[in-house]
Amino acid sequence: MYAALWRVLPGAWWVRVLILVVALAAVLSALEFWVFPWVDQIVAPQDVTVSQ
Amino acid sequence: MTVPGQDQAVAPPAEGRRGTAATRSRGRISVAGVLGELLITAGVFVLLFLGWQQWLNDIIVGTQLHNHSVQQSQTWNKAAVGPTKAPQPDAPPVITATIANAQKFALLIVPRFGADYYRPIAQGTGVRDVLNKGELGHYPTTQMPGALGNFAIASHRKAYGGNLEHINELHVGDHIFVETQDGWYQYEFRNLQYVNPTGVGVIDPVPEQAGLQPTDRMITLTSCNPFFSTAERIIAYGSFDTFTPRADGPPAEIAATVTGKS
Repeated sequence: MYAALWRVLPGAWWVRVLILVVALAAVLSALEFWVFPWVDQIVAPQDVTVSQ
Repeated sequence: MTVPGQDQAVAPPAEGRRGTAATRSRGRISVAGVLGELLITAGVFVLLFLGWQQWLNDIIVGTQLHNHSVQQSQTWNKAAVGPTKAPQPDAPPVITATIANAQKFALLIVPRFGADYYRPIAQGTGVRDVLNKGELGHYPTTQMPGALGNFAIASHRKAYGGNLEHINELHVGDHIFVETQDGWYQYEFRNLQYVNPTGVGVIDPVPEQAGLQPTDRMITLTSCNPFFSTAERIIAYGSFDTFTPRADGPPAEIAATVTGKS
């Protein structure tokens, strides 16, 4: 899968690396700002209060 | 576009069976290969999420809460009109107005938790509308700061700002400050207690003494224990020490925190 991605990228090796770094940064920020907060709402919340 | 050409250049069909097989294994995407890479990706995703939830987001949320608190304090400074009456350590002012659920009405400062520890306290202990926003939640059945009885608040230990991550590191005599529009209530940390999640006695006006008439002004912090678990609750108690009216400015110990210059 990732090998195929590397093959379809155009340009010299350093151009491909540059494209991948930019794409990775975009994916990481999307995860941090949208995906993770959303996942966080779904996983069981911790309970910190005392109650009957 | 260039892929077929490249493949042919590397392994022309004239090379026979071996060459064709090599071309196929290199050029084709196998189910097992994709599955393996997807699983590795999923594993990295989970690790990234945990890193975000347990570490990165605490820093982000903590900074937001700190900035909010500094602004809130300055708003209160501007709203304060004229000199307040002389400090009366025996009877500090108490909020009498009804505070709506999830409304922020106070700020918490604990020097032991760091010079930039400055967090809002909201009414109610709702998980989504208060606690998961990184705010501390005031048990609505308990008393207000400075009142005879118990000012009980809850917060997450880790994640969502990690407000009470270091609750177990409090030393006897450490100061816990609660700031309201009126000024700063200084409490002194007294002791820790570990209870079951049903141990509601800790937020009684006199902790663990249901029905007894309070003569002290207490603060109770509750969080989960141990880390990453909801098996128990960790409780920190403090007793009221002094009150500093807003007109007098913040106590020296927390002046840098309150003005945001820490």
